[in-house]
Amino acid sequence: MCSYITERVALSGSAKGGTDWRRVDAAHVYFDHPFDAPLDHALGLDILSEADGGRERIALELSAESARALAQAILAALARGEAEHGAQASADQASIPHY
Amino acid sequence: MSYLGMTTRMVSFAGHGGASGEAYYAAPDAAQALGGIVLVHHMPGWDDWTQEAARKLAHFGFACIAPHLYFREGPGSPDDLAARARTKGGVADDQVMGDVKGCMDFLRAQARSNGKVAVMGFCSGGRHAYLAGCTLPGLDAVVDCWGGNVVVDDPADLTPARPVAPIDLTKHLAAPLIGVFGNDDQRPSPAQVDRTEQTLKQLGKAYEFHRYDGAGHGFFAAERPGYRAEQATDAWRKVCAFLDKTIGPRARAS
Repeated sequence: MCSYITERVALSGSAKGGTDWRRVDAAHVYFDHPFDAPLDHALGLDILSEADGGRERIALELSAESARALAQAILAALARGEAEHGAQASADQASIPHY
Repeated sequence: MSYLGMTTRMVSFAGHGGASGEAYYAAPDAAQALGGIVLVHHMPGWDDWTQEAARKLAHFGFACIAPHLYFREGPGSPDDLAARARTKGGVADDQVMGDVKGCMDFLRAQARSNGKVAVMGFCSGGRHAYLAGCTLPGLDAVVDCWGGNVVVDDPADLTPARPVAPIDLTKHLAAPLIGVFGNDDQRPSPAQVDRTEQTLKQLGKAYEFHRYDGAGHGFFAAERPGYRAEQATDAWRKVCAFLDKTIGPRARAS
């Protein structure tokens, strides 16, 4: 069926679509019939800047299986990266000046 | 016997609230008067499949207009406008009905119209087609292809944008209805299709349901894994025969 359920998560960072980088602040996530991917249902992920009006998005349509693999890869990369860089990352955070 | 040619073009229609909407229009190149179909796209948007289905209906001998229900979110590509509409929870029923009405008027205003108009939709568009049949005067036929949420089991699914379960309006249905469903579908589930059929039968409505084993949701879409060639071919023939009977006769090649 067509689903109206959309999950929203706030983001902090940048994204590149085409040639230019831009600030992004939100992701909309849903599971529905895709617009383009040759799948019955797909995980839709729209990354956008709501602060800039949210009209331009970077979009993904992924199979459920590959979306789960991506989610796990993100968590795995974070876990390994933070384990290796944790001390330095903490130091970087501590060095950010607060005004 | 040869094939019908066809002409397709982008057109404008007078939408809900007086807004000028964009639509895809396909009609056979035939001298005969044409029955018309308003084709309502599904929630994910005004996609290639919708235009393909419009051309298929023209190939079958009918005029078809497929409105872009998210045109108010523009400018932008249809997929981006669908994403914006999704963020808002979809479009409101009354707006969709207004747009369908505008497209009905468009079809009847065409020089070759035979004056008969059907509404057809897939998935959420099937629900919209059912709702149109129950709320818009002047329809001659309704084609509901696996419309979800015609039956609403969870009251939480009723929202300000979609405040009614179309099944509750069935007593107002004034046009014959054909329903096409896959028995492996869960939205609508076979039990929900049973309830819709029971309601239509109890109220003495003119309807025919065709329910297919081995098919799930959206089994017409040939570019998707859920495509079922045998079931889809049979169902298209049944839809075409129904339209021939209700808004036809269909145009045929000489």
